[in-house]
Amino acid sequence: MLNLTPKEVSKRSALRINPLRTCQPVGAMYAALGVHGCLPHSHGSQGCCSYHRTFLTRHFKDPAIASSSSFTEGASVFGGGANLKTAVRNIFDIYDPEIIAVHTTCLSETIGDDLTGYIQDAKITEGKYVVHTNTPSYVGSHITGYANMISGFIKYLSESTGDKNGKLAVFPGFVNPGDMREMKRIMTLMGIPFTMLPDSSGVMDSPMTGTYEMFPRGGTTVAEIIDLGNCQSALALGEMTSEAPAETLEKKCKVPYQTLPLPIGVESTDAFIMALNHFCKEEVPYALEEERGQLLDIMLDSSQYSHEKTAAIFGDPDTVLGITQFVLEMGMIPKYVVTGTPGSTFDKRVTELFEKYQVEGCVVKSASDLFELHQWIKNDPVDVMIGGTYGKAVARAEDIPLVRAGFPIIDRYVHSYLPIVGYKGAMRLIELILTAIMDRQDRDCADEDFEIVM
Amino acid sequence: MKCGNEILPERIESIRYSQCSGDGSGIKCESESVSGAVSQRACVYCGARVVLNPITDAFHIVHGPIGCASYTWDIRGSLSSGDEGYRNSYSTDLRETDVIFGGEKKLTAAIDEVMARHSPRVIFIYATCIVGVIGDDIDAICRNAEEKYQIRVIPVKSPGFSGTKKTGYKMACNAIMNLITPSILPEKTADVNILGDFNLAGEMWIIKNYLRKIGISVAANITGDARVDDLKNAPAAKLNLVQCAGSMTYLAKQMEETFAIPFIKISFFGVTDTSDSLLRIAYATGDKNVIERAKAFIEEEKNRVIPLLDKYRKNLVGKKAAIYVGGGFKAISLIRQFNEFGMKTVMVGTQTGSKEDYELIQHLVDEDAVILDDANPAELEAFMTEMGADILVGGVKERPLAYKLGIAFCDHNHERKHPLSGYEGTLNFASEINLSMNSPVWEIISQGGMKYV
Repeated sequence: MLNLTPKEVSKRSALRINPLRTCQPVGAMYAALGVHGCLPHSHGSQGCCSYHRTFLTRHFKDPAIASSSSFTEGASVFGGGANLKTAVRNIFDIYDPEIIAVHTTCLSETIGDDLTGYIQDAKITEGKYVVHTNTPSYVGSHITGYANMISGFIKYLSESTGDKNGKLAVFPGFVNPGDMREMKRIMTLMGIPFTMLPDSSGVMDSPMTGTYEMFPRGGTTVAEIIDLGNCQSALALGEMTSEAPAETLEKKCKVPYQTLPLPIGVESTDAFIMALNHFCKEEVPYALEEERGQLLDIMLDSSQYSHEKTAAIFGDPDTVLGITQFVLEMGMIPKYVVTGTPGSTFDKRVTELFEKYQVEGCVVKSASDLFELHQWIKNDPVDVMIGGTYGKAVARAEDIPLVRAGFPIIDRYVHSYLPIVGYKGAMRLIELILTAIMDRQDRDCADEDFEIVM
Repeated sequence: MKCGNEILPERIESIRYSQCSGDGSGIKCESESVSGAVSQRACVYCGARVVLNPITDAFHIVHGPIGCASYTWDIRGSLSSGDEGYRNSYSTDLRETDVIFGGEKKLTAAIDEVMARHSPRVIFIYATCIVGVIGDDIDAICRNAEEKYQIRVIPVKSPGFSGTKKTGYKMACNAIMNLITPSILPEKTADVNILGDFNLAGEMWIIKNYLRKIGISVAANITGDARVDDLKNAPAAKLNLVQCAGSMTYLAKQMEETFAIPFIKISFFGVTDTSDSLLRIAYATGDKNVIERAKAFIEEEKNRVIPLLDKYRKNLVGKKAAIYVGGGFKAISLIRQFNEFGMKTVMVGTQTGSKEDYELIQHLVDEDAVILDDANPAELEAFMTEMGADILVGGVKERPLAYKLGIAFCDHNHERKHPLSGYEGTLNFASEINLSMNSPVWEIISQGGMKYV
C-alpha cells in the first residue's frame, strides 16, 4: 500500500507524510480522563473533540467521554466566551462531573480566547472545579498536550499547606493504564504512599460490569491533586513528558523532584526502584528482586535469538527511548530510532545510548515521520519494527515483523491492559519481540533448518 | 426515565419521546450542537474529507496543524481496486511560525514537494480551522500551482467551525463539480453514475456487479474506488443513482442542473430495498431487456438469500434494535431491514438527518419508539436501557458504550468489516447481529457481570 514511497531520500521542508505524532489536545484529553470524575472539555470546533474521542476509543477500546464548545462561525469571529459559559452550565446540569478540564485548540488559540478570564466569569457550582490548559495544536505534539494538562491541574488545584503528607508524587508519563497499574503495584509492594497523576487505570481499562458509568471508579481524585502540594518529593518518569509538570509542582509548592527515564528494561527499572528505595529507605522486597532475576534469566536464555538483531523503533519520545535502552540491553541494534515529536533532548538521549553501548551506524531523529523511516528501511532493512499500528503499512510493504508497543495501537486488543514497564513489563516486551523474530524464522527457514526445539 | 432528568432543556425539541416531544411540530434537526454536549458529531472538514478521500489516484494535502491529517489517516475502510496513494497522509503540518507569518509559502512548497516525487493529475487542498482564521489565500495558491504544473489543484474550504459535517459534504461536492465539469457536454454514452457509495468493505463492487448483471453500464463511482478519469466521465451518464442521500443529494441536484442528469434515490441495504432499487433503476432505463433481466436476477437472488436469512430469523425475531448512525437515509434502510428480520426498532437517532428523514422514520417505527437528533452518550444510554434494546447499530464511538451497557453491537460505519449492502450484505448483516447478540460472553455477563457465579 505504500508503494508510493520512493527509495531515494530527498529533503522535505514543507510536506509531512505519514505523521508519527498528532496534536496537543488529544494528549490533554487523555490526561484529563486520568482524573476521577473529570469531564475533558475541548474548546474549539466540534470535529476536534469527535476525532480525539474516536482516536482514544480506537486505542483503548473503551468509551472516551468529552464535551465540546462546538464553535460556529460566530464564535470564531466574536470569541468563544459565550460558548464556554453555556458549556460549563450545561455540563454541570446534565453530566454532573466533579471537575471540568478545558483544553484549547488551534482555533481558540489563534483567535486569542482568554480562558483564564472565561473561567473566572463562569458560574461554577459550589464544590465543583473548572481548570484549563493551553494546547495549541501547532506547537509540540500530543505528548506536549498531555504534559500541559497535568500542569494545568497542578496550577489550578495543588496547594502546599506546610504540612507534608509523607507521600511521593508520581508522574507516570504517557503510558497505558496497564503500565500505571504496574508502577502502582511496584510502589505498593515497596510500601510507598504515593499519588499518581494522571491515573487512567480503572477509567480507560474499566471492567465490564453490565452497567455503564460515565465516570468510572479510577482516576486521581481532586483531593489528591490538591494534596500533591504537600508531597515529600516527586518522581517524573519520562523526561520529555513528565519533567514539565514536575517543574510546575516544584515552582508552585516547592516539592523537589527527580527525573528518571520511563522504567522500561533492566537499567531504567533499576533506577526507578532505587529511587523508590531511596524514598522509603526499606529493603527492596524479595518479590521484586526475584522478578529482576527472572528477567535476566530470560534475557540470557534467549540471547542467541536477539543478539545483533536490528530494530527500527518509532513512536513517542520517552517510550521510544525506553525501548531503545532495553533492546540494547538485549544485545540488539536499534538501527533507526525516531519520534514525530519535536525536541532535541530526544536526539541527545538516544545518541548517548548509542555511545554507551558502542553501536555503530544507528540513526536517531526527532520530528521525523513514517515516510522517512520507510525510506531508510528501503535502503537498508531491519529485522524487526517496534512501534504503533501505523507502522504496519511499512512492515507489510517491506515484509518485516512488527512488534506493537506504544501509541496508538488501533488494530489489536489487550495491549492497553498489560504493561511494558517494570521487570514484568520487560518480560512481556521481550516475549513480544522474540516471538516476532522467531515466528519469522519458523516461517522463512528452509525445511531442513526447521527446528522443534529453539 | 423522566423527561428533564438526563436531558438538557435545549435538547428536548431534538428528541421525540412520549413524555416530552416539544410542541408536536416535528423534531428539531439540522442545527448546531449545544455547547457542552458530548456530541457524537464531527466537523465540516470531516465531512469534506470522507467524501473526497476515496478518490484513490488524487493527492490529498491537509493544510493545517498535524492533528487534522493524523485523525483522518486511512481510517475509513474505503477500498481501492487500483491506486493506494490516498491511504497515505499528507499535511503541511503548520507550526507556530506559520500561524504567525501565514502558511501560504509552506503550502506552495508542499505542492512543489509532491510534484517533485510524483505525477498526480489532481491535488485536493483541504483548508482547516486556522487556515480560515489566518487568512491564507488558498484559491490563489491553487491557481498558481495549476498554471505551473498544468494539473488540477482544487481547494476544499472546510474550516471545522463553518457549519456542520453536512456543510463539509457540500464543500466536497463543489470540489467534485469543479473537477468534472467539462467545457462541452459529452454525448450520453453510459447508463448511470453511482453517487454516495464509498466502497466501505467493497460494497461498491457488489452494487456494480449487480448492475453489470442486469445490463447497466456505470460511468463513475462517486466516490468509492474512484479514479480521476472515471469521474471526468460522469457527465456522460444518463441517470444518477443517489445512495448516501445526506452527502450526495446536493451534488445530484447540481449535476441535474449543469449536465441535465436526473437522479433517483436508492438504497441497497436489506432485501426489500435492494430489490426495489434494482427494479427502479431498470425501469428508469426504459429498456425492456434490462427490466426482464432485473426481475429474473431479483427472483434468483431472493430465492437464494431468503432461505439463508430464515436460518438467522429464528434467533432475531422479537429482538429490539437501537440505531444511531450518521445520516437519515441509512437509518430508514436499517429500520426496514430490522422489520424484515422480525425485529422491532425501539430507538433511532442520526447525526445529520433532515426533517423529511425524521418524518419518514416516524411512520416506520412504533408510536413509543424514541427518535433523536444529534444525541449524546447520556441520552443513548438512558433510552437504550429504558427501551430494553438488545442491539445497537452505530459507529466507532458507540461500540464501547453499547458493550459497557451489556448491549450487542454492529458497526455500520467506517469499521464495518464485511460489506453490508446488497443481498450478500444482508446476509452478512444478519450473521453479524446474530453473532453479536448471541456471543457466549453475554451468558457470563448476564449472570452478574463482575460478580462470581
